[in-house]
Amino acid sequence: MKKFTKLLALLTAVAMLFCFAACGGSGDENQTTQPAGESDLANLKVGFIFLHDENSTYDLNFIKAAREACAKLGVEIVEKVNIPESNDCYEAAVDLADRGCDIVFADSFGHEQYMIQAAKEYPDVQFCHATGTMAHTENLANYHNAFASIYEGRYLAGVAAGLKLNEMIEAGQFTAEEAKMGYVGAFTYAEVISGYTSFYLGAKSVCPTVTMEVQFTGSWYDEMAEKEAAEKLLSNGCKLISQHADSMGAPTACETKGVPNVSYNGSTVAACPNTFIISSRINWVPYFEYMINCVANGEAIAADWCKGLEAGAVELSEINDKAAAPGTAQAIADAKAKLADGTLHVFDTATFTVNGETLTSYKADVDTDAAYTADTEVIADGYFHESEYRSAPYFDLRIDGITLLNEKF
Amino acid sequence: MSKSVKEAHEPLFHIAKREALPFWLSWIIRIGAVAAALVACAAVTVLLTGENPIQVYATMIDGAIGTERRTWSLLQNTAMLLCISLAVTPAFKMKFWNIGAEGQVLMGGLATAACMILFGDKLSAPLLMIVMIVTSVLAGAIWGFIPAFFKANWNTNETLFTLMMNYIAMQIVSFFTYMWSVPKGSGQIGVINAKTQAGWIPALGGKAYLLNIIIVAVLTAVMYVYLKYSKHGYEISVVGESENTARYIGINVKKVIMRTVLLSGALCGIAGLLLVSGTDHTITRNTVAGRGFTAIMVSWLAKFNPVYMILTSFLIVFLQKGATEISTIFGLNDSFSEIITGIIIFFIIGSEFFVNYTIKFREKEANK
Repeated sequence: MKKFTKLLALLTAVAMLFCFAACGGSGDENQTTQPAGESDLANLKVGFIFLHDENSTYDLNFIKAAREACAKLGVEIVEKVNIPESNDCYEAAVDLADRGCDIVFADSFGHEQYMIQAAKEYPDVQFCHATGTMAHTENLANYHNAFASIYEGRYLAGVAAGLKLNEMIEAGQFTAEEAKMGYVGAFTYAEVISGYTSFYLGAKSVCPTVTMEVQFTGSWYDEMAEKEAAEKLLSNGCKLISQHADSMGAPTACETKGVPNVSYNGSTVAACPNTFIISSRINWVPYFEYMINCVANGEAIAADWCKGLEAGAVELSEINDKAAAPGTAQAIADAKAKLADGTLHVFDTATFTVNGETLTSYKADVDTDAAYTADTEVIADGYFHESEYRSAPYFDLRIDGITLLNEKF
Repeated sequence: MSKSVKEAHEPLFHIAKREALPFWLSWIIRIGAVAAALVACAAVTVLLTGENPIQVYATMIDGAIGTERRTWSLLQNTAMLLCISLAVTPAFKMKFWNIGAEGQVLMGGLATAACMILFGDKLSAPLLMIVMIVTSVLAGAIWGFIPAFFKANWNTNETLFTLMMNYIAMQIVSFFTYMWSVPKGSGQIGVINAKTQAGWIPALGGKAYLLNIIIVAVLTAVMYVYLKYSKHGYEISVVGESENTARYIGINVKKVIMRTVLLSGALCGIAGLLLVSGTDHTITRNTVAGRGFTAIMVSWLAKFNPVYMILTSFLIVFLQKGATEISTIFGLNDSFSEIITGIIIFFIIGSEFFVNYTIKFREKEANK
């Protein structure tokens, strides 16, 4: 037995030595790979890190866009799904970089710190991250954030909601004072606040008496909680529901009760043919094409990228004529044109008040820090400049007309 | 199979306990099992992907040692699994079925994370490291000691007790990840002290994991000597063989049980420290990632010998890394690598059956 132990120890030692030898060997190979700048589209490789797989509507939106963009530009794609917001993300990111990817992209907010950690280790690889907030303060040449001005899409969806309320008021279903909408939100984060406020302002632009109640679920995906939140809002007398969470909970609750619904992340008309009005979503194809083209042409990727309706980064679904009020398409087209030429701003300070007062100045927490210090003046020229100082939303004002039923961080 | 059954009707085959096999034969059976497992894995992969099996094996090896980074990652993961295996070994050798390593490591990791978060900017680096070592060892030891205390005094079932302690540890970690989460309420702590790297186990010669690996190598040697040559090690084996014998020769069984499990827990605490401070730099309820259970298998397969454990842990991590690579390269879901690892582990555990038991077929005379 003793002899055998020795033999085994020796064997193991040899195996380990072999490993270390492999270390040295591949180290040399790494040095001969060409720098990223010289590569063109044909031999580019892009790695994607997704929080879940195709079963999540949020990730599916990214996965589809990634495949579409890579196929269109003819670059190689490597996908990693079900990567949690933990050190696994760092492992996945450095593995993709090590595999020869020129760009590594991650899709979830909690991936950010691990992406930064990996970016520091691989300065020749570009790391791009959706929904993050730290690129503009981190000062890393190869780390970038991206988002889309989804608040424009939500504003237009809000216009559709307001018109629907007007139609119901005219039909005598309830009075103008009773026009109340409900909103199912995930967390009390700026991203959600910016979303429901733009939706509300869109509705208010055509239906001035509208009010709104918001119920938070404390989860991005919890079908039961979202359904219950929607039902609570309906029992509170809400006439129309919208949501910012990833399950079908709220839309199906609306379909069951026959209450109109403005959806998110894509059309839910298949499941809700009688109540679905319109939906807004972020289309990531423009950003993916942008980041790939930047690397192919040897150009720097912007630290923050945020495009909207014009660039095709924010999209509205088909309008469901069965549920939408007549004239919705025209009203949306008009508002869209005004947004495009700059005569209309979603967060125009003339259209909302905070504690009864019109704002002329507000400092938002743009530069991420642990204490959430308000650091940047964001109101100028009569409107709140959302997503201009960084790509991720930072509108976190509690405006009059919207009641939060609960708060969930 | 009792004699009366044999008289009435002898089944086609029956299973009997083997005489102790010569060790070379037992190892041939084990190596054969690994080979059979690889064939089965290749068959499954070929059926699902249509790739040729040689390609599949090449991909596995490439995934484990294909680049410098992968090799380091392989060695690091082997070291982590080995460390937890070392931790469970003394208790198992004593036949104390401690399946709570997962929770004990997690508590050690939580103590480490707590020190990094709370004292990261208050204490100097060496002092912080000392505080982290002490608290993580204590946390792991206490988590192991609670079931041992109940077992020694009231003979409670340690398997159920330690298993339940795992879930409590996970809930406690959930609570603190929520409390310390960034941004508030997200339930994610994120990289702790990313800017200052306070409380991170330092890189040696630019190699982030080298110090971890050296620490585990030293622990392996110490554990080998402790189990084989120390009086404690002898007491552990006697209590494991027979508590009555141990009592007869004057060993304080109660004391040995508590002391040994305390040691197991303390080592788990160190594993937690290495995982949080030396590897992940964060904590989630899944930080241990099932290693606490895999470690039991590593320890058993190696017959509680720390030197063999280097080999068994290396083998398991090598196969896991290879399987992950297959699922990435062939565009399969990550569940596929779990299927592959599952097949391999099934074969390895199955081989132990054939090492310990033999199948005896009905003899022809009995048929007449």
